[in-house]
Amino acid sequence: MTSKIKPAKGHPYARILGVGGYRPTRVVPNEEILKHIDSSDEWIRSRSGIATRHWAGPEETVAAMSVEAGGKAIADAGITPDQIGAVIVSTVSHFKQTPAIATEIAHRLGTGKPAAFDISAGCAGFGYGLTLAKGLIVEGSAEYVLVLGVERLSDLTDLTDRATAFLFGDGAGAVVVGPAKEPGIGPTVWGSEGDKSNTIMQTESWEVFKDAQDRNEVRYPAITQEGQAVFRWAVYEMAKVAQQALDQAGVQAEDLDVFIPHQANMRIIDSMIKTLKLPEHVTVARDVESTGNTSAASIPLAMERLLATGQAKSGDTALVIGFGAGLVYAATVVTLP
Amino acid sequence: MAATQEEIVAGLAEIVNEIAGIPAEDVQVDKSFTDDLDVDSLSMVEVVVAAEERFDVKIPDDDVKNLKTVGDATNYILKHQS
Repeated sequence: MTSKIKPAKGHPYARILGVGGYRPTRVVPNEEILKHIDSSDEWIRSRSGIATRHWAGPEETVAAMSVEAGGKAIADAGITPDQIGAVIVSTVSHFKQTPAIATEIAHRLGTGKPAAFDISAGCAGFGYGLTLAKGLIVEGSAEYVLVLGVERLSDLTDLTDRATAFLFGDGAGAVVVGPAKEPGIGPTVWGSEGDKSNTIMQTESWEVFKDAQDRNEVRYPAITQEGQAVFRWAVYEMAKVAQQALDQAGVQAEDLDVFIPHQANMRIIDSMIKTLKLPEHVTVARDVESTGNTSAASIPLAMERLLATGQAKSGDTALVIGFGAGLVYAATVVTLP
Repeated sequence: MAATQEEIVAGLAEIVNEIAGIPAEDVQVDKSFTDDLDVDSLSMVEVVVAAEERFDVKIPDDDVKNLKTVGDATNYILKHQS
């Protein structure tokens, strides 16, 4: 017989309650990149807006950076680690797939026994994680959710590729999402375009090492991309997605305080602003200049810096959009913690 | 009605001027976007998208790399405009 199943008791709404970031101690200027490629500081800055990035040392593992960022986010939210009911980690640069790194991070943070799992959604990972977190809270599976974006993209950088050697950085960004009386996270406009999977990708599968007769002849995998195709898609297609996120949240561009796009490239950010016709009063995250592209970590890292420097304040309305390898994307409107 | 060659060159000149700040009169058919007009690969994408809108033509990413000069782009648009 079909028994009546009692549903979980959720909360009407969710919002971001706290944010935290970790940037590796070693700052790498363009001059250091130029040891490996025939380029110039001026060229790198004009094509990407990047001046420096942080690269992790041996001790700054995916887990270690996550524990730092996660701990700060939990403290910023004003809760204790044991209140966290789920830990979601988005990363493409943790190379030991089993077990999920989220479990170790949860344990080291002292969170007790939360649900903990990793997701792979490239540079849209933060938005994917945020959407899952909101769902868990509203549905009643968790009270507080820690969402982490963390990358060591220096491990997946081909230092001899003049198109990407300067692009990537390392770091971790985290938010705590929890229940709210008013909606603090709008509807998510998200999706994937698998027909463009070759536009941004890892050059080789790890299987090349398994199959290789001589490991010295195998090229270590790196992330590669088709710059012009990515630029066109990011600027023009993602501007439409960002507009849809505003429309679905019922927020006019005039009412927006902050725009936090994935920190891929300053040129993409500048062109997106133009295409979206964002009003001048909107504060725009430009963390890419000193952090490089940190994929899933870029939005929470930029959010943390905007709040820490006073460029944005708690309660501000922000449009966030992530986009990248897949191709995948996720955009939504949030109230800043 | 389809644009003439002169109209396309003049339109491209306006677009290049707006996007890259190059004086419109410098935009001539024999000029290379990259070498003569200082339009880098990312600005070229913006030029292409603006040209697509203006001349009702689709220019796929794979074809963009073949458009070295203003003349190349003009001929492409002449051939493909609807």
